[in-house]
Amino acid sequence: MADVEGERSQKFLQTEPELTDEVLVEPVAGRDLPPLALYLHWPYCARICPYCDFNVYRDRGREVEPLIAAMIADLAAHREIVGPRALSSVFFGGGTPSLLEPKQIQRILAAADQIFGIEAGAEITLEANPTDSEASRFADFVAAGVNRLSIGVQSLEDLALRALGRTHDAAEAIAAVEEAAKTSARVSLDLIYAREGQSPEQWAAELREALTLPVEHLSLYQLTIEPQTAFGRRFARSKLNPPEPDLAAHFFEITQNITAAAGFPAYEISNHARAPAAQSRHNLIYWRGEDYLGIGPGAHGRLPGPTGARLATKAVDHPRAYIDQIAARAIGWEGPPEVLTADAIAGEYALMGIRLAEGLDLARLERHLGRQISAKSWRNLVDLGLVGAENGRILLSEAGRLLADRVALALIEPPPRR
Amino acid sequence: MTPRARIRNFSIVAHIDHGKSTLADRLIQMTGGLSEREMKDQVLDSMDIERERGITIKAQTVRLDYKAKDGENYVLNLMDTPGHVDFAYEVSRSLAACEGSLLVVDASQGVEAQTLANVYQAIDNNHDIVPVLNKIDLPAAEPDRVKAQIEDVIGLDASEAIPISAKTGLNIDQVLEAIVTRLPAPKIGDPQAPLKAMLIDSWYDPYLGVVVLFRIVDGVIRKGMKLKLWSTGAVHGVDKVGVFRPKIEDMEALGPGEVGFFTGSIKQVADTRVGDTITEDKRPCDGPLPGFKPVQPVVFCGIFPLDASEFEDLRNAMDKLRLNDASFSFEMETSAALGFGFRCGFLGLLHLEIIQERLTREFNLDLITTAPSVVYQIFMRDGAKLDLHNPADLPDVMRIEKIEEPWIRATILTPDEYLGSVIKLCQDRRGEQVNLSYSGARAMLQYDLPLNEVVFDFYDRLKSISKGYASFDYQMHGHREGDLVKLQVLVNAEPVDALAMLVHRTRAETRGRSMCEKLKDLIPPHMFQVPIQAAIGGKVIARETIRALRKDVTAKCYGGDATRKRKLLDKQKEGKKRMREYGKVEIPQEAFIAALKMDAD
Repeated sequence: MADVEGERSQKFLQTEPELTDEVLVEPVAGRDLPPLALYLHWPYCARICPYCDFNVYRDRGREVEPLIAAMIADLAAHREIVGPRALSSVFFGGGTPSLLEPKQIQRILAAADQIFGIEAGAEITLEANPTDSEASRFADFVAAGVNRLSIGVQSLEDLALRALGRTHDAAEAIAAVEEAAKTSARVSLDLIYAREGQSPEQWAAELREALTLPVEHLSLYQLTIEPQTAFGRRFARSKLNPPEPDLAAHFFEITQNITAAAGFPAYEISNHARAPAAQSRHNLIYWRGEDYLGIGPGAHGRLPGPTGARLATKAVDHPRAYIDQIAARAIGWEGPPEVLTADAIAGEYALMGIRLAEGLDLARLERHLGRQISAKSWRNLVDLGLVGAENGRILLSEAGRLLADRVALALIEPPPRR
Repeated sequence: MTPRARIRNFSIVAHIDHGKSTLADRLIQMTGGLSEREMKDQVLDSMDIERERGITIKAQTVRLDYKAKDGENYVLNLMDTPGHVDFAYEVSRSLAACEGSLLVVDASQGVEAQTLANVYQAIDNNHDIVPVLNKIDLPAAEPDRVKAQIEDVIGLDASEAIPISAKTGLNIDQVLEAIVTRLPAPKIGDPQAPLKAMLIDSWYDPYLGVVVLFRIVDGVIRKGMKLKLWSTGAVHGVDKVGVFRPKIEDMEALGPGEVGFFTGSIKQVADTRVGDTITEDKRPCDGPLPGFKPVQPVVFCGIFPLDASEFEDLRNAMDKLRLNDASFSFEMETSAALGFGFRCGFLGLLHLEIIQERLTREFNLDLITTAPSVVYQIFMRDGAKLDLHNPADLPDVMRIEKIEEPWIRATILTPDEYLGSVIKLCQDRRGEQVNLSYSGARAMLQYDLPLNEVVFDFYDRLKSISKGYASFDYQMHGHREGDLVKLQVLVNAEPVDALAMLVHRTRAETRGRSMCEKLKDLIPPHMFQVPIQAAIGGKVIARETIRALRKDVTAKCYGGDATRKRKLLDKQKEGKKRMREYGKVEIPQEAFIAALKMDAD
């Protein structure tokens, strides 16, 4: 099966460049292409966190150099398909990309610049763990070209950090954030809340402390129990009891109030920035339904396809298999890209875009859908006080944000038959 | 034709899982009916549903050739019978076609309720009975205790019970020998007399057409004869006469005491009736065999296609099922909420479930099934009388003089430790005690009960309060006037016609409350609060509220999550198809039947 798919993807490679030449390459000069982002997945971690269901592997026996070489080759193969477009953002995610050497980061960035071209002023983010050893290299990462550090602090309480399976303690994390602040890079930190046993008061205190740290951006995630994780297995055996939905909703509201009061309003469900310029430009590309390349094991991409189609790509998950795939097929995709239907494009745009404080472009959603949104659904959502419309954009109310997924579904629901 | 003295017709009486099918398989194997290669488990249960549920729906027979120790060749006809109360009539006809039974009891489990119900039926049919203790190879086997139990509880001599293991084949030879030596040959039968045979069952075979299973009392059935079915007077030519071994084997003719099948010009199974008398057209017998009853559906419900465009497919599927199941009836129905569908009649709830499952599984249809109901007789003030199959069709109460509902006479056998709970259950269901007697440590209860109290969950409740030990059987027992009211369910203030039902006034509140409670769990939370009410006329008698969903949002949503979320979205879209919209509320189709099952009272 994998072989068949591999063959198809190669066939795709053979036929597609002509199409891309026609559709994409030619108009570069004349047409203003939307931004293109690059996501690079580094799949290795020193330790697998019990809540994480990303495509991650222990770094014992990792194959660093062959994987870097494969990722660079994958970039080149993507360039053949996408045509000449400069990158407006590069994001090293994982896994733990801060396990890479600054020199290796530099090499990958140089290759990306050579193959695609990185725009002047592009956002170049590195996800980093706040351990002493990684923090000591922050300045070198910045020297290598990184200009934004996203630090996985997760909690400012030692007990909680241990429960989350983190290898650092709170003091180490705070020191790392301060170290990052000394560089010229923009700094963001991640926290996980609504944890088992956490009270709203404890969280409020923890969040207030985080707000005193020298950062311009916060990603505040409610703990999500994913089935294929250690937490998921514990949850299934009733050995883990995260807050019930009503309490989780309360946690969310506290978070909104405290951050807003501190000048860190949410610009997305879980993301807060001190100022519009501090927002994550890379992640905005996802939420706005724009194009991104997914490079590295298991990475997802969204590329423009022929005649207005949108392609969803996914790389082979296992690092070794990914390296082999590149060697055999030049591109890392696990199969031919999925050509998204108009409904799928609309669905993704609704689910992702509704999350933003700037809201969803109604005209664009209806263009994707090929019809107007259901008047019945819309009336229901308005009656329930979940949405509003402003300047042609659909915005979530405070209650609506807690039901964002449900609202997105209702927005694309077909009008009733009869 | 086989001499009568060389024929043994027998059935196997057993509780589910006590090894009836395995023993049958073993008997077929030992007498060479099927080679090792052809054996698959439970040869006689040919429908997937039968195999999976371990139940038998259609009667089947298999003819075994056995050379006994006396040197003679015998023909043994094994009759496999359905074992559920819904098919009680079919069972009684199958047993009436035999002279003896093997009583199979699991040597570790002992006598259980179903064994008891079935063994009494066999005794009623004057069967000689050979007790067999199965699973004797298990370490937990207690043959002596179980023998004593058979003697105490059933009152059968168990001293010569045969210890066997159907699984390993231990002592199966003794079983075969006992069938010959301890069960009687057919007692009467004159090959020269006019034909008199009983129709045991019939089914539709795609190659042979309608296959009629019969047992001959007098006379002969041979190819080319013109046979008459007593109850309808219809005459059919015989194309083929044969037996099952279990593979089909054609025969020239079959005579008194023999069991076999014929095929002919019969178009559909509905033209044949279980228990009917078969005779020869030109030389009929003097009268029918006793015990024949025409099939009377007792439970009705609406069946609707989930997708309205599948209505014709549903009709075709029902036509096909009806070909093979004369006891299933249907006619078109329209519901405000559910669209076009059918009102269907069944022998009981198991029968309903089986049909529903076969429609879903064999015809790949998505269905919505409404609350089961019985047939009420409505007497109007203007003197008119009508049969009400669907509570939603109840005329204006002001125009109704009285409503009569069907009653049953139920026989319940239970270990006496559960007697109290069983009596309470019957009382709660408006039952009237007719009789109470004991046999051993078992009590036999007779109760008259309104059928609508029994129709969905009585059997489940009885099983659950008696830990599975009580058994239950019933006969229709006339109609009685009842103080019945129409109970309506409103979801978010919209009446749900598919959930309307007629209930006794004294039971309305309990019923309404339990419906509301169940719907509360069955309807998923919406983005708003959903009130659920039960009402009689305009009066609300019970209310529950489904709280609004407060949170449904993904915490982390980045590049790779787009795909994941979209897949989830597709799944939700798929799930939506299984919902019915009432105003703004979506009700999952399972709710329509689940809301009515298993009262907690």
